[in-house]
Amino acid sequence: MTTLTAGATAAPARPAPRRRPSPRTAGRTLVRRSLIGLLLLVEVGPLLWLLLGSLKSQRDWLDNPTWSLPTSLQWGNYAEAWTTGNIAQYLQNSLVAVLPSLAMIIAFGVAAGFALEVLVWKGRGPVLLLFLAGIMVPGQMILLPLFNTYFRAGLTGTLWPLILTYTATGLPLTVFMMATYFRAVPREVFEAATLDGASVVRAFFSVAVPMVKNAIVTVGLVQFFFIWNDLLIALTFTTDSSLRTVQVGLLNFTGEFGATQYGPLFAAICINVLGLLAIYLFLNQRIMAGLTSGAVKG
Amino acid sequence: MKRIFEDRRTALLLLAPALLVYTLVMLVPVVWSLGYTLLDGNAVAGFQYTGFDNFARLADDPKVWQAFTFTLKYAVVITTGQVLLGYVLAVFYVFVLRRSGSVVRTLTFFPVVLPTVAVALLFQKMFEIAPQNGLVNSVLNALGMGSVDWFGSAGTAFFVLALMDIWRSMGFYAVLLYTGLLDIPEEVLESARMDGASGWRLVRQIVLPLSLPVLVSSLIFSINGTLKVFDSVLALTNGGPGLGTTPLTLYMFQTSFSFGDYGYGSTIALLLTLVCLVVTLAVFRSARRDVNA
Repeated sequence: MTTLTAGATAAPARPAPRRRPSPRTAGRTLVRRSLIGLLLLVEVGPLLWLLLGSLKSQRDWLDNPTWSLPTSLQWGNYAEAWTTGNIAQYLQNSLVAVLPSLAMIIAFGVAAGFALEVLVWKGRGPVLLLFLAGIMVPGQMILLPLFNTYFRAGLTGTLWPLILTYTATGLPLTVFMMATYFRAVPREVFEAATLDGASVVRAFFSVAVPMVKNAIVTVGLVQFFFIWNDLLIALTFTTDSSLRTVQVGLLNFTGEFGATQYGPLFAAICINVLGLLAIYLFLNQRIMAGLTSGAVKG
Repeated sequence: MKRIFEDRRTALLLLAPALLVYTLVMLVPVVWSLGYTLLDGNAVAGFQYTGFDNFARLADDPKVWQAFTFTLKYAVVITTGQVLLGYVLAVFYVFVLRRSGSVVRTLTFFPVVLPTVAVALLFQKMFEIAPQNGLVNSVLNALGMGSVDWFGSAGTAFFVLALMDIWRSMGFYAVLLYTGLLDIPEEVLESARMDGASGWRLVRQIVLPLSLPVLVSSLIFSINGTLKVFDSVLALTNGGPGLGTTPLTLYMFQTSFSFGDYGYGSTIALLLTLVCLVVTLAVFRSARRDVNA
């Protein structure tokens, strides 16, 4: 708030020229630094505790207070979680369920967004509203009929129930977001494409899709986090323990060992967290923009 | 020129896959679920028509009302906490950190992308009392205080739940509101400062009214999400102790899958959907009025 002190005399000249720090600004800097420190302690502290905990031995966990540092680094906890804890299997299941769903959500959602926003036809308003209504419906409302259907169709015991349900539940928000992005593209762009004699389908693939390439990545990231972190649908349809996704597996993790093995449990949580951290390190600005843009629809 | 885009057949072609999956896997089940409310039984044992028995049972079930009250309590407390703390952080970002706070914003946002199950297990171990004192209890002990059985009573369990959910989402609302605050023209703030407004008065009289629209959409988004809370409760407390932290979503899940009662489960799901619908519409309407006024 340095401009505030200089405000009365030299308000338009901002940023305020740097002078030798007076005791007052020095105090301000101290307050500012400690507020930042407090915030980071609150947000990052628990995660550091998680990381340290994943490297402690069971003895460490039971004999010393839980805030103490590990006496030796037990990297073996990770191997334990990976194999005995079945995290490798669960990660594979998650990938097999998430990637096809994501591909379908994007392919279907982008095409539908284009059809609903760029093309002109009677009834497109109501259809868009129909998709929008899906954002509000809680998952509980569709679980039971789906469970019944998948059971009768003999899909129980495969990952198909997850793939189909994820695709359907991801579509409303994707269609809505894609329609919003297409609205921002000037119509003349599409008109110019068809002037050269291209059909509408061609204009869609060669002009529209490349134009919203960035939006597609953003929407894809948003949906990835939703599906990857889902528990409700995964818990309902993974009746067989060999089909568990990583979240369901984590929830049942202690069961694999009998009693709580703290080190491997923390290592398993850490594997889950570190994987997402890797994605977050590279794409954080886009993830932040994407997730928040999904919220501003009021 | 417009005529080439008035192509019904192409529109249908591009729309068909999405509409087909959406209809079959979402719309049809919603209607089907309505049908289940008139039945008793499940997928394995078969169904029986029982008329409106499920609705009569719903009206008389004290557990449903306990879950209903918990859902509302959770939604109100968490929405308030998330949006309020998010707003405080956003103001902090804009006026204290200025545009240089990118690293802080990014770090604070990180818990948002973490799986609820991972966060819930972490908090469970932090507040654990047996077989091993968790982080919080061992710090309390070190300060000479006794351990607290956080998950032993509904009140403290709710406290941990609220703390966890606010912890992992405040970075999200902070960034959402921050982008809204950045839209306030610098000249407006500058002239208010020249008129002598500063600190709290500047926020209350200039910043707050100007950021009302984005504040309202945060509230709508938050209410819509918190009414459907499931993952964090299931993973942290599993609804316990007793039904102490069981929202409607979890009660529906247990009724349907632990007790195999699809008819009654669907009736609870319908109640939940109606609650979401009514609350969303109510917030939306009152928000419209406020923003326009």
